[in-house]
Parts: sequence; C-alpha cells; structure tokens
Amino acid sequence: MRFVFKRSYDDDIKLFKHRPQFIYYLLLLILLIALPWLIDDFFLGEATNVLIWAIAGMGLMVLTGFTGQVSLGHAAFMALGCYLNVILMQNGVPFIISLPLAAILTGFAGAIIALPVLRLHGIYLAIATLAISILTEDIIVIAKNWTGGVMGLVAEPIEIFGLDIDRYGTPVLFYFVVLFIVLFVLMVVRNLTRAPLGRAFTAIRDSEVSAQALGVNVTKTKATSFAISCAIVGLAGGLLGHYAGAFNHETFNLVFSIQLLLMIVIGGLGSIHGAFFGAIIVGFLPQLIAITRGSISSIFNLGSLPLPGIESAAFAFILIVFILFEPRGIYGLWIKIRTYFELFPFYRKNMFKRQKTYLKTERMK
Amino acid sequence: MSLLTLENVTLSFGGLKAVNNVSFHVGKGETFAIVGPNGAGKSTVFNLISRIYNPDCGDIKFANKSILGLRPDQIPFLGIARTFQNIELFEQSTVLQNLLVGRQRHRKSNLITEMFFAPSVRDEERRHRQVVEEVIEFLELQAYRDKFIAGLPYGVRKIVELARALATEPQVLLLDEPASGLSLEETNDMIFWIEDIKKQMGITVLMVEHDMNLVSSVSDRVLALADGKELAIGTPEQVQNHPAVIEAYIGTGKRIVS
Repeated sequence: MRFVFKRSYDDDIKLFKHRPQFIYYLLLLILLIALPWLIDDFFLGEATNVLIWAIAGMGLMVLTGFTGQVSLGHAAFMALGCYLNVILMQNGVPFIISLPLAAILTGFAGAIIALPVLRLHGIYLAIATLAISILTEDIIVIAKNWTGGVMGLVAEPIEIFGLDIDRYGTPVLFYFVVLFIVLFVLMVVRNLTRAPLGRAFTAIRDSEVSAQALGVNVTKTKATSFAISCAIVGLAGGLLGHYAGAFNHETFNLVFSIQLLLMIVIGGLGSIHGAFFGAIIVGFLPQLIAITRGSISSIFNLGSLPLPGIESAAFAFILIVFILFEPRGIYGLWIKIRTYFELFPFYRKNMFKRQKTYLKTERMK
Repeated sequence: MSLLTLENVTLSFGGLKAVNNVSFHVGKGETFAIVGPNGAGKSTVFNLISRIYNPDCGDIKFANKSILGLRPDQIPFLGIARTFQNIELFEQSTVLQNLLVGRQRHRKSNLITEMFFAPSVRDEERRHRQVVEEVIEFLELQAYRDKFIAGLPYGVRKIVELARALATEPQVLLLDEPASGLSLEETNDMIFWIEDIKKQMGITVLMVEHDMNLVSSVSDRVLALADGKELAIGTPEQVQNHPAVIEAYIGTGKRIVS
C-alpha cells in the first residue's frame, strides 16, 4: 500500500504523483530509447508504427476522450496532414518546417470545419464527421494535380541537419524522429489536461449546461479541441506518409477512421494511457495474427492458410469483449489491477462498479 | 441600490406563458427568494437570467446594464453564478477539479502558455487553488477533495455545486432549490451557510426554494409566483399570509359545484 501525503498545491499540479511513478516512467523512456538495440529492424519498424498510431490516438483522445465529441472523420485530417507535408516537401520546404506547418494548417482546417459541424451532438456529429471522411477520399481523387489522384504520392526521404532519414534505409533514425514527436505531443496533451483549458474540455464532456454557466464558451472551446485534435492527427498523418513511403486515397479510408476511434475505445476513453494501449493492440495485432497463423498452420500442416478479413474479425472480437466486460478499456483494467495491489488486502470486487447517476437537468435547448 | 432588475419580463413557450409580466429587483447584499407551486415559472426566471432563454419582451438588468445582449457563457463574467435544480456536476472529475472549473472566468492564460505549462500558468493555478481551498474550508468539503463526483452521496453533491458556484467569486448567487432532496439536518446546514454567504462574503443571493422553513429563515424578501404571474412580494411573513398565496397553495376552501 502507498499513501501519498500532499504538502503543497504543487503536489496536485506536478506531472508525477510520487517519486516511484516518476522512476517507472523514466525506466519506460530508457527502454524506448534503448529499443533499437534490443530488437531487429523489422520489429523496430512495427514499434515505429505503434508510436505513430499512438500520436493519432492522442489526437483523437483530445476530442473524443476529453471533450466527448465523437469523430469518425479523423482519417481525413490524417490524410490532410500527410498530403500537406509531402506537397510542401516537394516544393522544397525542409521536413523540419513542413511537418509542423502541415500540422498547424490541418489544425486550422479542423477549426474551420468544426464551427458548423460541432453544433451537432452525439450520433449526428458522428454522421457529419463520417461524411467528411468519405468526402476526403473523393476530393483526393479529384484533386489529382496536387495529390496524384489514384496513383498517390511518394514521400521523399527526410533530411534533418544533413542526416538522411529513411524508413527502410535508416530505421533507427526514423524511430527516434517519431519518438521525439511522441514525447512532444505527450507533453502538450498532458499539460493541457492539468491546465484550465483541459478542465474546460472535460467540463463540456460531462455537462455542457453547467460548463456554460461557469463561463466556458462552449462553441469556441469545442472548436479549439477539434483544432488541437486535428493538428496532432495531422502530425501523425505526416509521419505515416513517411512510414508507408507511398500512399493514395485508399490509405486514409473510412475504415481507417473507424479503426482510430475503436483503438481509443479499446485503450480506454478519457486517458492518455488509453491512446498508447490502443495503439499497441492496433499496431501489433496484424503481426500477432500472422505469427499465430504461421504456427497454427505449421502445427496442423495446413500449408499457407488464406483467411481474408481475419484482422478485422479479431479486432471486432476484442472490441466486443471490451465493451461487454470492461467498458473503460485496457486502461480501466490496468487501474483495477493497480488498485488491487495498492490496497492489497482491502480491494473489494465492486469498487469500480458504476454508481447510480442522478437525474440531469432537462436539456434546455 | 438594486443589483439585478427584471422589468416586465414575459416568456412564452407556444401558447403557455411560463413567465408573465414579472418585475422585481434584488438589492445588493439582499437574500431574495422566489417561491411558488410546481410549474410556476421559478426555474424559468433563473434560466432567463442565465440567458439560456430569451424573453419575449421586458428587460433584465445587472448593475443598471441590460444583459440581454450577452451569451450565456458571458453571464458568469459579470459575477453571476448559479446552481442547478438537478445537480449538474462533472461526474468524471474530482471535487477539486469541479471547483477549479469554477475559476474559468478568472483564467488569464492562453492556449500556447498552457500547452507548455509556462511558469505563469503554474502561478495562476496556485492562485486558483488557493481560492478553491478557501471555499472547501468554508463548506467543510476537505474529506471529499479528491473524491470523484460519481461516488458521492446526493447531499454532498448539492454542497459541491454550491462550492463550485462560490469558486467563481460571484457578486450574485442564483440557487435553484438548494435544499431539495436534503435531510432536515442538511437543510439546517444549508441555512447556516446561506446566512454566512450573505453576511461574511457579502454575496447577494437569489434563490428558488420550496422549503418555507429555509425561505423564512434566510430571506429578506420573497416573491411568490403562480402560473408565471406575480402573486405577492414582500417579507416572508407578508407573503406567507397573503390570501392569493394561500389560495395558490391550498385552494380557496370554496366547494366546486359541478
């Protein structure tokens, strides 16, 4: 058991609740930095993929997890970030400027789209953002002068301070670029959650009426959330472009949007951890399936086993299991396990049982 | 000097006049209660002041300035805070975080400084926390500071809502049924706190309440509403003994001959 005694207001402001927690995260960081020397290039590539998914997950988490606005259109903003970055690079802008610029432009695009779209609630918002996702696919095909249409584009190798960074040529360097951006995004998102803006986000998620009554400009705050979310997702998109090498309209299709949303649901809505847990599942699932399939077919001597759609099926199965048994996702599960050990003999089975919710004020609009 | 004034305010929902030509003023430092049977338009008056509804005619003034041009989220910036009849707390947050949201109107940091958590943001957070801690101490919420709202009993939630409104450092506090659902003891605590809010903090209180015990012990003046119309206005005794009020609550005693 651990007791944290708070001695000053800073104990609630600082990033780590207690020293051991800081050490755990430090060890995790050291592990991530040492990763290229621990695993081979193939798995390092997979780890890079997971990190890119985690950035996108954090982006969507800001909007869906913290502000409570569902978006099924975030693949569109990933596409925007990706195309903007590559187009800027083709026009001679160095990567170090083109990626942040692409992200900022994606954020602005998000804010402009958010203002009309975020007037909608719940399922209507989901439908509207779904439309954005579908529309984007078509727009990419139509605007083939810039986007290369169905042929797509090829991301040029990155050059930073004279270093050539390429996903296949120098996977270690590419991994570090991605890791750096992960840490940056993590810092931004974590800082926002402990600042007034982050509190305004969760206030809107839990009760728009009272957020408004306390001075939160709901429209503006939602649009800000959407913009931040889109900018982060745009970063992820830009990196994904370099990771994939070549991409076209099908890279960022509707399924991608849905997968992104399901990822954070499985990971655990409303927590930064959830984005990472979800990314690990999404990133490693195809490999896990490939490995299992290989071993199963070799045990039973089945030869190469064609199982189209097995990935989606496995993903759907995991999602159903989580919705049924652990709606708060992997992070919720982790919290339970941790609490069990922290309170060791005193953990009760229904400690995390959902409490009764009291009647909410009738929606006044 | 009157701080909050309603002048001939009318609001109808379709054919129903929820608030019909209501006028009253609340003086600075006064405790003013609105009473009336269900559906009298009490909460609607609150929602009019919060700018959730727009009156059909009439004017609402705060410190002699009309507030009808403002958005609902600008009202707290004037120094008007409110609570809700059916508690509207942020369920997934702790009590402390809920109260800190009450500091939104004093937020000076912007997106960029908050993204990097600049030293100015940290200083500001400490100041917010200090105000919030004073409120926590005042309402004796220390034991619940880090508890999530989702696990709190009803009575405590009611107090957290009051605390959150106080954390905005308001000039006027609108309390929508502060004692509904509270036990006798909790109601007595509420009476004590409302008196303290008025006397120690000098906050003007406007409340809607059914509990006549609470109303008569804390309020200076009372407005009785029925069917959106003003029945009586005056001291608690005057209103309680007003024939129209008695009629609205318990009838006239005349038999209805069919």
